[in-house]
Amino acid sequence: MRYLPLTDTDRQAMLAKIGASDIDDLFIDVPEVARLDGPIQGLPMHASEMAVERHMKKLAAKNLVAGEVPFFLGAGAYRHHVPASVDTIIQRGEFLTAYTPYQPEIAQGTLQMLFEFQTQVARFYGCAVANASLYDGSTACWEAVAMATRVTKRKRAVLSGALHPHYAQVVKTMAHFTGDEIADALPAITPDPELSGLIGRIDEETACVVVQYPDILGRIADLTPIAEAAHAKGALLVVVNTEPVALGAIKSPGEMGADIVVGEGQSLGVGLQFGGPYLGLFAVRDPKHVRQMPGRLCGETTDAEGKRGFVLTLSTREQHIRREKATSNICTNSGLCALAFTVHMTLLGETGLRQLAAENHRLACLAADRLAKVPGVEVLNNGFFNEFTLMLGGKPAREIIRDLADRGVLGGVSLGRLYPGVEALEHALLVAVTETTTEEDIERLATELEAAIKETV
Amino acid sequence: MNAPNKSGWKPEMQVAEDGFLGGPVTSTGNRGLMLEEPLLFEIGRKDVTGVDLPEVDPAAPTRLGGLAREEAIGLVGLTEPETVRHYTRLSRQNYGIDLGFFPLGSCTMKHNPRLNEKMARLPGFADIHPLQPVGTVQGALEVINELAHWLITLTGMHGVAMSPKAGAHGELCGMLCIRAALEARGDKRDVVLVPESAHGTNPATAAFAGFRVEDIPATPEGRVDVAALRARLGPDVAAVMITNPNTCGLFEKDFREMADAVHAAGGFVYCDGANFNAIVGKVRPGDLGVDAMHINLHKTFSTPHGGGGPGSGPVVLSEALAPFGPMPFTARTADGVVHLVEEESAAEFGHTQAFGRMTAFHGQMGMFTRALTYILSHGADGLKQVAEDAVLNANYILRNMEDILHAPFAASGPCMHEALFGDKDFTNGLSTLDVAKGLIDEGYHPMTVYFPLVVHGAMLVEPTETESKAAIDQFITAFRGVVERALEGDEALKQAPYYSPRRRLDETGAARKPKLAYEG
Repeated sequence: MRYLPLTDTDRQAMLAKIGASDIDDLFIDVPEVARLDGPIQGLPMHASEMAVERHMKKLAAKNLVAGEVPFFLGAGAYRHHVPASVDTIIQRGEFLTAYTPYQPEIAQGTLQMLFEFQTQVARFYGCAVANASLYDGSTACWEAVAMATRVTKRKRAVLSGALHPHYAQVVKTMAHFTGDEIADALPAITPDPELSGLIGRIDEETACVVVQYPDILGRIADLTPIAEAAHAKGALLVVVNTEPVALGAIKSPGEMGADIVVGEGQSLGVGLQFGGPYLGLFAVRDPKHVRQMPGRLCGETTDAEGKRGFVLTLSTREQHIRREKATSNICTNSGLCALAFTVHMTLLGETGLRQLAAENHRLACLAADRLAKVPGVEVLNNGFFNEFTLMLGGKPAREIIRDLADRGVLGGVSLGRLYPGVEALEHALLVAVTETTTEEDIERLATELEAAIKETV
Repeated sequence: MNAPNKSGWKPEMQVAEDGFLGGPVTSTGNRGLMLEEPLLFEIGRKDVTGVDLPEVDPAAPTRLGGLAREEAIGLVGLTEPETVRHYTRLSRQNYGIDLGFFPLGSCTMKHNPRLNEKMARLPGFADIHPLQPVGTVQGALEVINELAHWLITLTGMHGVAMSPKAGAHGELCGMLCIRAALEARGDKRDVVLVPESAHGTNPATAAFAGFRVEDIPATPEGRVDVAALRARLGPDVAAVMITNPNTCGLFEKDFREMADAVHAAGGFVYCDGANFNAIVGKVRPGDLGVDAMHINLHKTFSTPHGGGGPGSGPVVLSEALAPFGPMPFTARTADGVVHLVEEESAAEFGHTQAFGRMTAFHGQMGMFTRALTYILSHGADGLKQVAEDAVLNANYILRNMEDILHAPFAASGPCMHEALFGDKDFTNGLSTLDVAKGLIDEGYHPMTVYFPLVVHGAMLVEPTETESKAAIDQFITAFRGVVERALEGDEALKQAPYYSPRRRLDETGAARKPKLAYEG
């Protein structure tokens, strides 16, 4: 077995040293009735690299690769170009095969990287402090709600109807068990986000309002009035961002008064990966909230010789110290995805992030204009960044999406899939455009969409 | 980073108190291959970028709803050569499995096969979107389904929830299944019993899932006190959370008896599967009465630890709990099609009791491809050998150390995959921390320290199966050397490490005045 260095001679010598005659002497505490004699039946035996590779490639070949067709899916996961050097760096064994930096003297690489990551995230979210990452945007969203209930000592969270429905599901699932109350709603299908209704739902019992920016339909709203309304009632504003590239073009949530900003970091460095692993981002605007934050935090300090160094800090919030009183149960986070994000963000810098955002927006505007010309199709949004909603004039979006796939175009996400059972959204299609989209791709989508609509009753 | 010396610098030799000549002080602060590296924000520039994108056209029309970002974001950039060098230099300040022995107890720092990395990067897995029409991602769904089959079979369980993102998230999933099952039968019990030796995530998870947590004591042999557990069982006890093999490195030999007692009292049995590496292929937790157990794919099944994740924590479930597992999951029908069962299709697949959703998409696909690659490489026979070699290595270390290092449970019989020691016999105020730092100077990543809490100054050594006998012998020599210094009260050990990129760091100062982002 190519991964097991012990030889039978080694094993015999080691057993002799231990004073055991047989390996099973070391398993005597396993009740005999439960101990297995040989390899578990019905499973294959070990296989060569070549054989395993052949099997895995066969499975991979059954998938339609996003990069090989005109591709327009978003809804919380975006296809961006990841510079080649990102993958080279994350494959360095010193990063790939390290673990949580419990011994800071020999983990300064990971720790300094996390300090840089926290600084980048805090700045582009318009916040004071970011943590060292969580699992993904949806779990970060729940952690934000949980934190808001701790800070305000209230138990009710108001969710915007235009929050990603899967994020809302995660929050509702958790709240059901913690006894927190979640007020959710369906998205209003309007060209601009409907803020007055949301503001009207905030009261003195509200721990936080959760708003997505840009929202699930791709729309953008000034969040300042919501922040003011929330603060007037003693509630916090939680802003969720699923497309970090957008923040190279639009105001940061922190600037508009968000108290907690969370999001998905997958767009930078991580790739699509069929939904995971992704990267949960979490930041707070006011440093006084730091001690209520979940997850690992990296801080600057000095060593015994007075040199600057970094350590994990404020761990009295965490499960390994506080046990049942911890702010979260999280242990392993998304370290390597955070590294990928930081390397990509370093390559972009202020200049590159702004250029990348501008290019996304330019192509999205082109696409919106072109698709609006398809008979029977309307663009819902007034404002958007790189994703917008198409109304298909009563045609079923899910069927059209499948039809487009048969024509070799991955044409978007049908809102009916995200909101099953909501009739009004069955005819809506979410289309995302990034720098990887070409003008030919847009033309192809427009042509195929027109044909698909014609053929669909 | 050290401030560079002023120009006109001449080497000044460092002389230690004992007269040892330490070599010249350098102008850069570097010491040969030990390279200092500034922070990104000290070397990056606002107008530099390492990607080639079109210039922003300030006159281009926008539809940003009047919310264009005008203020500077405060980011800096580097070109590609600078970026690669910056992070490569940082990487060299890290210890990883690729560099050497990494016996971090309870974390299973085994070799990460590179075939796993190659397979996860196939565009057919890496470049597909989670919401593509399911007809275009049949291969990905097959990977999930195939891995699920292996996990169910290896554990002898009834079903598996694949979506949890890491071990603690898996624990939460399992405990929420238990909550849902109790709710379904209108049962209000809300106490979860957790042994003192448990990982901190166990009580934190139980509390997060809305339970009240109570400790159960350990016996002097390092196992759960079965009598105390039995005495505490009652109509208010929802579940017990037991780690098996436990964090003292011992198999809970009365697990089945405990499970039966818990079931008889109407409760559920959660097993923390962090230490599954010790028993994979040797015993199936399902045969021991487990109702739910998470499996850390980044431990037992070799997906990389990545400096703190991403992990992956599928949860295997008993027949009693499987109906409550969260969405989404995969199901293969007789026609060979693999379905993604989500909120909409749950009823069609008879899964109407699912407790909800734990994450936006379908789980850690990138980890599933790696874990499946590892499992197929090993096969049923190789996985059994994994457990045997892991246990053999740990016992070999235990028996090579117990004559000089306090091993509180050595008399309890063989250990499983990790050997536990304590600091009882150290003199002159030397501690477990000093031994850990001394091992850094010897070129090792230290073991887990001060955990589990049931042993004073705990040192938990987990060698894993991917170390050669020569590597382990060399570690034993080094470990014995450092331990002997601690027994003799060697004052110099209190200052260790001497040879790492940084000396001991001031953690108290870091927490007192937290500096969590670069200012300037």
